[in-house]
Amino acid sequence: MSGTFVGMPSFPRAAKEAVHNKTLRGNLRHATHTIRDKRAKAVAELADWAELREAGKQIKDHTLRHLDRYLLQLEERVTAAGGTVHWAADADEANRIVADLVKATGESEVVKVKSMATQEIGLNEALEAEGIAAYETDLAELIVQLGDDRPSHILVPAIHRNRAEIRDIFRTKMADWGRAAPDGLTDIPADLAEAARLHLREKFLRAKVGVSGANFMVAETGTLVVFESEGNGRMCLTLPETLISVVGIEKVVPSWRDLEVFLQTLPRSSTAERMNPYTSTWTGTADGDGPKTFHLVLLDNGRTGTLADEVGRQALRCIRCSACLNVCPVYERAGGHAYGSVYPGPIGAILSPQLRGTQSEIDASLPYASSLCGACYEVCPVAIDIPEVLVHLRERVAGQGGKGHRLEKAAMKAAGWVLDHPGVLGAGERAASKTRRLHPSKLPGAGAWTRSRELPEMPAEPFRDWWKKNRKPKPDGTSKPDGKKS
Amino acid sequence: MRVALFVTCVNDAVYPSTGIATVRLLERLGVEVDFPEAQTCCGQPQFNTGYRRETERLVRRTAAAFEGYDYVVTPSGSCAAMVRQHYPKIGDASAAALATRTYELTEFLVDVLEVTDVGAYFPHTVTYHPSCHGLRLLGLGDRPRRLLEAVEGLELRELPGADECCGFGGTFALKNSDVSTAMGQDKVSHAVSTGAEVLCGADNSCLMHIGGVLRREEAPLRALHLADILASTREEPLV
Repeated sequence: MSGTFVGMPSFPRAAKEAVHNKTLRGNLRHATHTIRDKRAKAVAELADWAELREAGKQIKDHTLRHLDRYLLQLEERVTAAGGTVHWAADADEANRIVADLVKATGESEVVKVKSMATQEIGLNEALEAEGIAAYETDLAELIVQLGDDRPSHILVPAIHRNRAEIRDIFRTKMADWGRAAPDGLTDIPADLAEAARLHLREKFLRAKVGVSGANFMVAETGTLVVFESEGNGRMCLTLPETLISVVGIEKVVPSWRDLEVFLQTLPRSSTAERMNPYTSTWTGTADGDGPKTFHLVLLDNGRTGTLADEVGRQALRCIRCSACLNVCPVYERAGGHAYGSVYPGPIGAILSPQLRGTQSEIDASLPYASSLCGACYEVCPVAIDIPEVLVHLRERVAGQGGKGHRLEKAAMKAAGWVLDHPGVLGAGERAASKTRRLHPSKLPGAGAWTRSRELPEMPAEPFRDWWKKNRKPKPDGTSKPDGKKS
Repeated sequence: MRVALFVTCVNDAVYPSTGIATVRLLERLGVEVDFPEAQTCCGQPQFNTGYRRETERLVRRTAAAFEGYDYVVTPSGSCAAMVRQHYPKIGDASAAALATRTYELTEFLVDVLEVTDVGAYFPHTVTYHPSCHGLRLLGLGDRPRRLLEAVEGLELRELPGADECCGFGGTFALKNSDVSTAMGQDKVSHAVSTGAEVLCGADNSCLMHIGGVLRREEAPLRALHLADILASTREEPLV
C-alpha cells in the first residue's frame, strides 16, 4: 500500500468529493446495506445477545483496568513458549523492530495477514524504504495494494470498488507484482477469486517470513488469535519459518473463557457469520509445526494516552468488527477515505483523534463527522457509546480553540447569555417575526444551510407571545379564551 | 396533576403552531397545561457542539423553570432525550429530578394519559419519520404510529429506510453541509416514493432540515409535526 493519509484535508472537504461521486455512493450503499441487513439477522438469532454484549464490554473494561498485569503475564507466557516479546512505544519504533527482524533473516520479502495495526503504523511503506517487499494476501487488501489505493473500510478495505473495477485492477496490475491475471479475466466473483488464488499461491509457497496482527491475545497461555475468512491467514501463519506479529496492547484478554464471548460476537457483528471460518491460534513455537521463530511486537502508539481519558478510553474496547461503519449514514455517503485514517467510520472518528491527537486539520474535524444519530452505539458488540465520546472530543477540540472555533465560542457565549434572559430572547424572537417579510431568502453567512435547503418561514409571533395573549392567567385567576382577545 | 409545557426554543421561535397544537391537544384531553415563561433552551446545541460550560448555565435555568411540576411535556424527542440522558450527568439534583419528570409528547399521551385515540381528524395520506433521538435514545417504539393510526381519515404509508437519520444533527447540518444534504435528499426521495401528502415527524428541528430540502426540490409533499396532526379535529381541521 503506497497510498498515504498524511496531510489529509478536513473531513467536510474530503467528504464533499465522495458525496458527489455516483459510482462510489452506489458501491457503498449496496455493500453497507447488504452487510447491515445480514448482521441484523445473525444477531437476532441469539436470544442472549444483550448479555453477550454486556459481557464483552465488561471483559474489555476489566482487562483495560489491569492492563499492566495482563501484558506482563502475556509476555511471560509467550517467552516461556519460545517466542520473543518486543515493546514498541510508537509507530517508528515498531517499524524499526520489524524491519530489523526481517533483515536478520536475510530475506527481502514478507507475506502479510490482514492487519489493522500494521496499517496504522505504515509498516509496508517502512519496509519498502528498507528494501523489503510486503505482500498483502487478504483478497481486499490485495485489491487495494495492486490499485495503489488506500483502504476505506476496516473489514472490507476495497468496499469502494465494484467487480468491474477489480477486474481492471487485476488485469493491469497483477503482472507487476508476480503472476499475471489469466487471459480474458471476467468480473465474475469466482473468476476474480481464482485469479487472486493463483497469484497469491506462489507467494505463500516462497515466503520465509510472515507478518500478522492479532484479534486477541490470551494472557493465561500466551496465545495469539487471528480471525479470518479466506484461509490466507492460515497460510501466512503456518508456512513461513519466521512469524512476526504486531499487536496493539489493548488486544489482550485474560483467559480462553473470555475469548469465548468474542468468538460469538465478532463473526456475527462483522461478516454476519454464525461461526468464524478460519480461527487460527498459536502459542510461541512448536518443533516441526509452523514457524520456528516467533516475535510479538506489542504496540502502544497512543493507546496509553487514550487509556488515561476516562470517557475516551472505551474506544479501546473495539474489536474491529466494522458494524458501526455498516450502519453509519455518514460513512455511507462520505466513504472511508474522507476519515483520513486506516480507521474510518464512527469508530475511526473517535479512535484517530485519540491515538494521533486533535492538532491536525483532519483529526480536529473527525469528532464532528457525525449527526449523533446513535446507530453505531446500537450495533456495537462491546457497547462503545460512540456519540458520547464524539461529544467529549468536541469539547476537547472546541477548548483548544483552533480554526473556526474562536468565533463559534463567542457565538455560543452570546447565545448562552440571550438564552439565560427570556426577556431578551422574546424581544429577539419578536424582532425576527416582525421583520420576517424583509428576510432575504438567502441570508449572508447562512450559505452552509441555504445552498441546498430553504430556510423556514418565520411565524407572525413566537409561541411565548401567543401564550401571553391567549392563555396566561389574568390576576383574577381566569384565562383568556383561545384566540379571542379580551 | 401539574403539567408544564416545555415548548423548546425551536418551536417557540420558528414553529409556534406546534406549541399551540400541543396546548390545544392536551386541553382537549382534559389536561391543564402551564407554560413557565422562564424556560428557554435545554442546551443541547451547546452540549453537542462541545460547549459544556455554556450548557451548564442552561441546565440550571431549565431545571429551575420546571421546579414543582409533576409532568414536563415536550413535543421534541431530541430535547426530551437531552434532559433525560444528559441532565443527570451535567446538572445537580434538581436537574436529575427533572429528567425523571420529563416526557416526550407521545410518551405522555400513551403512557401517562393512556390514550391512543385522541379524537383527531386528518383526512390525508401520511408517512412517518421517527427521528433518531426519539427512536434510539428514548425508545419511543410504536407510540407515534399507534397515535397516527387512530386518527380519523388518516392513511399511514410505510416510509422506506425509516430508521435512517435525516442528516440534521444540529450543527452537523452546517459543519458537514454536503453529507447532511445528501442524507436529507435520500430521506426526501424515500418520502416521495410513498406517494404520501405529508411527511410527519415528532421533532421540528429534523423537519426544518427535511422540509428545507423538500421545498428546495419542490417535492410534492409537506413536512408536519405530529402534534399539529393530533390537534386537528373535524370541528377545527388543519388545512
